[in-house]
Amino acid sequence: MHKEFLMGNEAIALGAIAAGVNLVSGYPGTPSSEVLETVAKRKRANIYVEWSVNEKSAIEVAAGAAYTGARSMVTMKQVGLNVASDPLMSLEYIGVKGGMVVLVADDPGPISSQTEQDTRHYAAFSKLPCFDPSDPQEAYEMVQEAFEYSEKYETPVFLRPTTRVCHGYASITIKDETEYRVHNFEGFRKDSGRWVIFPRLSYQNHIKIEARNKTLADDFSRYSRNRIYPACEKNTALKKGVASGGISFAYAIETLEELGMTKLLKISTPHPFPENLALSFLDGLTEILCIEELDPIIERELTYICGKYHLPVKIYGKLTGHVKNAGENSQDSVQETIMQFLEIPSISTDDASCADAPPALPVRPPVLCAGCPHRASFYAVKSAMKGRKTIFCGDIGCYTLGNAMPLDMVDTCLCMGAGLGIAQGVGHMEPDTACFAFVGDSTFFASAITGVINAVYNQADMTLVILDNSTTAMTGHQPHPGTGRTMMGGAVQKINIEAVLRGIGLSIVETVNPLDYAASVENVKRVADEPGVKAIIFKSPCIALTKPSGSMTVNSDKCINCRKCIHKLGCPALMISETHVSIDTSLCTGCSLCAQLCPVNAICPPEVNYKGGVHNE
Amino acid sequence: MNKNIVLCGVGGQGTVLASKLIAAAAMKKGLSVMSAETIGMAQRGGSVFSHIRIGEGLHSPMIGRGKADVILAFEPGEAVRMLPYLRKGGQAVVSARGIMPVTSALSGSSYKSEYMLAYLEKNVEHLLVIDTERACGEIGSSKVINILLLGAAVYSGALGLSDRDIKEIIKERVPERFHEMNLRALAYTKEYVIQNSLKSAGKERQ
Repeated sequence: MHKEFLMGNEAIALGAIAAGVNLVSGYPGTPSSEVLETVAKRKRANIYVEWSVNEKSAIEVAAGAAYTGARSMVTMKQVGLNVASDPLMSLEYIGVKGGMVVLVADDPGPISSQTEQDTRHYAAFSKLPCFDPSDPQEAYEMVQEAFEYSEKYETPVFLRPTTRVCHGYASITIKDETEYRVHNFEGFRKDSGRWVIFPRLSYQNHIKIEARNKTLADDFSRYSRNRIYPACEKNTALKKGVASGGISFAYAIETLEELGMTKLLKISTPHPFPENLALSFLDGLTEILCIEELDPIIERELTYICGKYHLPVKIYGKLTGHVKNAGENSQDSVQETIMQFLEIPSISTDDASCADAPPALPVRPPVLCAGCPHRASFYAVKSAMKGRKTIFCGDIGCYTLGNAMPLDMVDTCLCMGAGLGIAQGVGHMEPDTACFAFVGDSTFFASAITGVINAVYNQADMTLVILDNSTTAMTGHQPHPGTGRTMMGGAVQKINIEAVLRGIGLSIVETVNPLDYAASVENVKRVADEPGVKAIIFKSPCIALTKPSGSMTVNSDKCINCRKCIHKLGCPALMISETHVSIDTSLCTGCSLCAQLCPVNAICPPEVNYKGGVHNE
Repeated sequence: MNKNIVLCGVGGQGTVLASKLIAAAAMKKGLSVMSAETIGMAQRGGSVFSHIRIGEGLHSPMIGRGKADVILAFEPGEAVRMLPYLRKGGQAVVSARGIMPVTSALSGSSYKSEYMLAYLEKNVEHLLVIDTERACGEIGSSKVINILLLGAAVYSGALGLSDRDIKEIIKERVPERFHEMNLRALAYTKEYVIQNSLKSAGKERQ
């Protein structure tokens, strides 16, 4: 054993490695991505790791491995589970031979997601066990225990951390390499009565699953991470208790340790719910406060148990309006709720902030980086289609930020790959609208290809714009089929987007460098007027992957301070001053888009010397 | 020793390295550490923070309002934003250089970091404002803002880490070619903190 300072996601990865995991697959998505990346970085020779093309592929790959008796883990964010839900729901009935952990990271807030969906519901829906860690150390140990339970009950299990656990760091105690488990496995054994899903098999297995979950609920009541913390001495007569799980449990216990412990129930396996343990917690109490994020799962379970056993206990939480029902909890919000529940008057805050109100704070929404090629692509389409009736359907990725002013180029955004379908639907209803769908290269491979086929087959009239920056930028630059790199380190054949589109039957597929403004505008004007489904690939690498060519400079003698560059592009490197525009050299990548727009040629690339100008800093 | 530290700034400023160095230095002293930071969309030019907690018996990495012993702010406006986290008598270390948000360039409204600094001067008892622009100029690198702020916090005594702790961890965790530059940044802040405390001691005597 030794100590390391690890992010929760790294702890989960190292826990899986220590448990002898043989295969890890996944699709990137905040806050889950670092799990698979850490396995790839820290793995020993015999672990297979892949970024799959999407979550559905990933879970199927992991299931196949588990069919052989190998230990497998699949990683994704909560909305990724929607994509993987088809194989998941059937896998429930088939089960596994080797341990299989389905790691799904939930994102209360939401901080980087479209939804505040709660994977604990999916656990109940798919009847699968679910583990819910509240800190990195627990996540490290829990993933190893999850593999044990998975094998004991021959079923995939969920590990469901949330953002603050995934991205929280802690100095935790972990195993040395010599302590790692080696998981040997038998291999796939043909048995169509086990591995081929048929209505009759599903019926029989449904009966078994319901029985198993009763056993599991009893087993989980004895699981050491589901736990009752006793009240402190002064509170032993108190008939109030708190129930919690996940990061909210960490907030709750810190608050209670400060205020004086009440009876506290920690739920680490929200499904199947540890009913016996909950009954002993409820014993002697009359009021319970449930503190959890996303949906009121613990609250509903406790309410159900009280009804089932006719217990005169009031259960408070989100359903009763005692806890806010959207957004994430914080140390402060939990403390406030608990103090109200315990009727402790709020103490005046101890902070150093002061009597007079602070000046108006700067608003800093996230923006496309300086030099981002997406800005150039969006602006070219905007210029080319000016004055026309258009719809610009966006998608999931950095380029969703194209919705911000001044670009204002994302009219819709729903989920991965949806922009294509939406553009088609709008086009069928409004034939006079020029319909555009923007999709990134990774999203194209993940979930846009079927949308293109649908468009071609059903005779849609639309322009597909692929924003190809040669990476999965938003989630931290993971490789994808178009990059020619895999997580096993090998260079493989790149899958060519243009060839895929031509293979589907598009006759107009043009590739343009978006940083060439004039050529891009001309291209969009020409292509958009063609009938049917046509595509433009704006190809230019993410600025985080390339070396900047040096900062642009503003010739302050020439600059007429019209600020067109700022008002059209909204690039964070462009700054206003009293007399002229200036450029933040630490941000500018030298993409030159602003120079191409400048009406008086006042912006020069670094290598150009202009005479008489005062150099900008 | 239990310490709660908040780092804040704008995405891309190097708050993460500073928080990693503090955590590593504390762990080297045998202390337990928990931390949390902004990851994801907000990193693209948005307001970012790290919470670091050092000590025993911690359950969560998140710091409650009024519980931070130290705030290391890489930008004056961000210091004001996070000020509710600072406890009474806590230490704030702030870089004087304001960063203009894209939104104010667009709307033509100007964001004046001087107002933020004036507010901090008026309301924070233990405040160290570092003229990072000047310091970076003297040291000859724009990349040392994080070490300047970290050094100021160390020499103010607020972090519970010594000169030796921080130098050792820089040697361990930062590539060798940056050592000399970082040591110069530390020397700069040491001198600055000493001068500053002499000045305030002088004020008290008057």
